[in-house]
Amino acid sequence: MTHDPGYNFAYLDEGTKRMVRRAVLKAVSVPGHQVPFGAREMPLPYGWGTGGIQVTASILGPQDTLKVIDQGADDTTNAVSIRRFFSRVAGVRTTTRTRDATVIQTRHRIPEMPLREGQVLVYQVPMPEPLFRLEPRLSETRRMHALADYGLMHVKLYEDIARHGHVSTAYNYPVMVANRYLMSPSPIPAFDNPKMDNMPALQLFGAGREKKIYAVPPYTRVRSLDFEDHPFRPHRADAACAFCGARDSYLDEVVCDDRGGRMFICSDTDHCETRQEAAR
Amino acid sequence: MAYVAVKGGEAAIAHAHGWMAECRRGNPAVPGIGVEQIEEQLGLAVDRVMAEGACHDRSLAALAIKQAQGDLIEAAFLLRAYRTTLPRFGHAAPLDTRSMAVRRRISAVFKDLPGGQLLGPTMDYTHRLLDFALAAEALAEPAPEAEAAADEPLRRVADILAADGLMPAECDAGEAPPDLTREPMAFPASRAARLQNLARGDEGFLLGLGYSTQRGYGNNHPFVGEIRQGEVAVCFTPPELGFEIELGSIVVTECDMVNQFQGSRTQPPQFTNGYGLVLGRGERKAMSMALVDRALKAGELGEDRVAPAQDEEFVLMHSDNIEATGFVEHLKLPHYVDFQSELEVIRRMRATAAAPAEDRA
Repeated sequence: MTHDPGYNFAYLDEGTKRMVRRAVLKAVSVPGHQVPFGAREMPLPYGWGTGGIQVTASILGPQDTLKVIDQGADDTTNAVSIRRFFSRVAGVRTTTRTRDATVIQTRHRIPEMPLREGQVLVYQVPMPEPLFRLEPRLSETRRMHALADYGLMHVKLYEDIARHGHVSTAYNYPVMVANRYLMSPSPIPAFDNPKMDNMPALQLFGAGREKKIYAVPPYTRVRSLDFEDHPFRPHRADAACAFCGARDSYLDEVVCDDRGGRMFICSDTDHCETRQEAAR
Repeated sequence: MAYVAVKGGEAAIAHAHGWMAECRRGNPAVPGIGVEQIEEQLGLAVDRVMAEGACHDRSLAALAIKQAQGDLIEAAFLLRAYRTTLPRFGHAAPLDTRSMAVRRRISAVFKDLPGGQLLGPTMDYTHRLLDFALAAEALAEPAPEAEAAADEPLRRVADILAADGLMPAECDAGEAPPDLTREPMAFPASRAARLQNLARGDEGFLLGLGYSTQRGYGNNHPFVGEIRQGEVAVCFTPPELGFEIELGSIVVTECDMVNQFQGSRTQPPQFTNGYGLVLGRGERKAMSMALVDRALKAGELGEDRVAPAQDEEFVLMHSDNIEATGFVEHLKLPHYVDFQSELEVIRRMRATAAAPAEDRA
């Protein structure tokens, strides 16, 4: 496959890619720290993955195999659109198989299959600042990160527990990276948080509209915030996948009639299909 | 009922785009609109798209308007996405609006002033009555030709006030201006970064903020010192030549707002300036920008920053309509996973709330 001759390989010009890669290198060197970068306008709207796309475009080589998921699935509309964008402007191989991919761009999920060394997981990030709901001013949150002053977030979690008996954050659950920086894991369900810890693959986070890049290098400690007497507990629907029977994967709830009927299916389509094939 | 799979997204997307293309064209029995017609006859729309798209190219802006079916924010987005692929070969010299070939120049603070009031093409003082003759495509009477204007630079009202010491003169700090398309916004922002951001900002957003300052949210007491509109030369010094050449000229609108200032411990009472400059004839935008620029000076002038328009981070982080429209509209994307986790949590919380108090952990 060849790429669209009207554009440079992977759309961005080489100067821009170098700028993004410099930001990525800095991000890898300071795990969890948000590095500002000169995000460009992309031919997809802000909020639809422009940060992830710029990171992917900058690290992609002709030998790479790309997988794109949204909500865990390869066949959701935006995943289809981004995958098609890269097969057009980069001409790279694409796949839906987690194990075959070298670069996986994701929105809102981490694949169920453990990632291995050499793979890169690129997250699309809407709001990179983990503290933004508590303090919207970037000038203020920058100071808080510099001083590792995260009391505000602990108070929020404490208040949740005092009021509801447990933390009410279900996704985008804040994590501490390498015991230094508080980081937004992007809006993945808290269920996925433990997968980030000591992951052999490189995790890169791109926020286009907010113009920030951050990273978790391989084998880095990523801890979900909690308290000794209220340890972090990931949750999933207490059911089995209606297609593959999985009891350990994250499930989407599907409304199947207007009498309150529900079924649960794997959110990770590749995981589900692999299991179904194995069963056949 | 069986579960309807979300498969087939690819074909559905292609068909949706096909349908949209059909909607764009409308009834094929009606002649299609030409890009030239848009450029000539919807000039103010072209101007707005160039300003918010931050790219001066009338025909590309007209094409974007055609492609976007007249949705001007979408058109500005198309233009921006094109602009970002263009190579950057340097900075033009600052525009010299003092030597503008003025088409319109008005001042609301001096009844007459050197160079006079030049009304120029304007909708002011028209009665907003629908012109049914226009629907019948009647040709307008040609406007009478003016005598050739004296080709000498018009003194700016801001300069007149500054010469009397009534308003501080704007001076070039001598620093290289930042480029917001290359470096992200940082706070506190320099004035140059602020003006750059406002010049690209959404007209409606700036209009609302400017209006709020007039209604008491960050009291401003503004006067239009001057609005001038016309062609200015764009000059550039190519490194390989070493001397300045004129690349061409563009139409811009400039607004200087004159505002009261009570003075402070260190400064005597004087007028302060709010500045607006936009590509094209976007007069409403230039005025709004000038109001907001003045409001954002609150910090430097030692005024209390209490109103939204005075809050630098609030204004500058939310002015860009391309960013805003993308993020607002991304809510259409699937959020099954996040919503599922919310469902789990809310069910758990409801169960806890329903349980007797002593059972709670």
